[in-house]
Amino acid sequence: MSAVATRLRTHDRGARIRGALFVGLLLLSIAIGFLALGTLLIDVLSKGLNWTGATVDRVLLLESPSADPAIAGARPAILATIYLGILVLLFAVPIGVGTAIYLEEYANKDRWYNRLLEVNIQNLAAVPSIVYGILGLAFLVRGIGLGRVLLSGALILTLLVLPTVIIASREAIRAVPDSIRQAAYALGATRWQVVSRQVLPNAVPGMATGSILALSRGLGETAPLLLVGALTYVSFDPTLLGDFTALPIQIYQWIARPQEEFRIPLAAAGIIVLLMILLTLNAFAIWIRNRYQRTW
Amino acid sequence: MTETDATRAGEVTVEVPRHPSANDHESHEVVFDVDGLTVSYGASRALENVSLTIGAKQITAFIGPSGCGKSTFIRCFNRMNDLIPTARVEGSVLYRGEDLYAEDVDPVEVRKLVGMVFQKPNPFPKSIYDNVAFGPRVLGMKDKLDDRVEHALRQAALWDEVKDRLTASALSLSGGQQQRLCIARCLAVEPEVILMDEPASALDPIATSRIEDLMHELKRAYTILVVTHNMQQAARVADRTAFFSVTQGAEGQRTGILVEYDETNKIFTQPSDKRTEDYVTGRFG
Repeated sequence: MSAVATRLRTHDRGARIRGALFVGLLLLSIAIGFLALGTLLIDVLSKGLNWTGATVDRVLLLESPSADPAIAGARPAILATIYLGILVLLFAVPIGVGTAIYLEEYANKDRWYNRLLEVNIQNLAAVPSIVYGILGLAFLVRGIGLGRVLLSGALILTLLVLPTVIIASREAIRAVPDSIRQAAYALGATRWQVVSRQVLPNAVPGMATGSILALSRGLGETAPLLLVGALTYVSFDPTLLGDFTALPIQIYQWIARPQEEFRIPLAAAGIIVLLMILLTLNAFAIWIRNRYQRTW
Repeated sequence: MTETDATRAGEVTVEVPRHPSANDHESHEVVFDVDGLTVSYGASRALENVSLTIGAKQITAFIGPSGCGKSTFIRCFNRMNDLIPTARVEGSVLYRGEDLYAEDVDPVEVRKLVGMVFQKPNPFPKSIYDNVAFGPRVLGMKDKLDDRVEHALRQAALWDEVKDRLTASALSLSGGQQQRLCIARCLAVEPEVILMDEPASALDPIATSRIEDLMHELKRAYTILVVTHNMQQAARVADRTAFFSVTQGAEGQRTGILVEYDETNKIFTQPSDKRTEDYVTGRFG
């Protein structure tokens, strides 16, 4: 081989192997995640869908819980989860977006109280959900005497997802380039006009996506709802100021039953319904993101 | 205040220049009178003790090396520096005799009179029409909006290129077109002065020359202040040119100063300051 030909061939085999190993490690990490998720899905689907098929699904959606697994359903729990979702969005989005706008567009970051706010919000996002539950019990249920009602649950889930909504909304607002603000200011727009006509419209997709993802996390929560008094047996449709349960709690309760029929297929079917609700929300979030995503 | 309003009202439809051929500074009415202007960001001084006057319906260029404070300077004329929390402005900028930095002056009102075009074209992610209409809409100038938009686009020499696709996204335009759209957007609110912060530095030579032609057109009706990195550009477009430079303090802190301000011709052919001469002949900066 000529000198040039030799020069053009691989010399450092070790480097190549290390590179290949690294790619292998990356693939392994992905595989672990996918395997776990896939196993869960297949397990749940096989157990929840197989057994007497359609009738169970219909019963599950339409009937109230019962001691007899053959006619037990999760209608109150499913409805309550949907109500909770709507209420949480109604409460958390305006408050979260408002906070984010203040922090990003109005707050002077050199002021100690604004920095304190920022640090606290970051920390709140990391507070365990059970702690929110305790807060809800002490403050909402007992403190102001709201009682163990759906509204208490919605309010405590709102507090739980609020930091995430705020952080996501801030990111979305920050992603609007400063040149847009400058252009608007230079035309004689007031700060309110700049925020309402330029910043917010451009931040809506990001804020919507973040809020929905935060919501879907909140709807899967069990612990805080248990503490504010979500019941495990509710046989009537939920109302704002009435007793309530929620889908994760209903599932938990069924799994804890001694009779096998409550676990398979009822709990499994409940999980499928919960997953469908959450996946629908996530799909909606992704759709919004793709539909309105902007490149600058 | 009333005097300002009267001046403005009289200029709403001005197309005919008030001083068609005058080029010497003395014959132009003074629009800005800057006195002892010092701008600091926190503890560091960006610009120190600048004093000059700017005449109406002229193009005044600010040139100088990076960090000499020329962009900081131009942003004093529409109080854009107010948007930077740490910025502090001392001295005075008189606009037709009124100090823009007086306690009770509203920066939002200042920006209605003094428009600005930025270095990088920054159209809103909206339609071409909505870009131009944004200013009139927020300022409540909603009568005959279509005419306003058309007029502004014509003034910016963009109308013929976009008249059939006014609803298309502004981001679909080329860089040069986007910059002319930004100029149209600025003109639509009928300012008296236009600030241009390196308006052509992100553009190719052909787009640049279109912007320069446009500046020549616009100076018949508007007072134009332009920051430029490009000395040829200053020589081509400006009636008067101010050369800024950087001084190094004892502790290495860099501060911008005004070195020389004169007729463009004089700055480039027979500057009176050695530093100006070094800069324009390419020996420095």
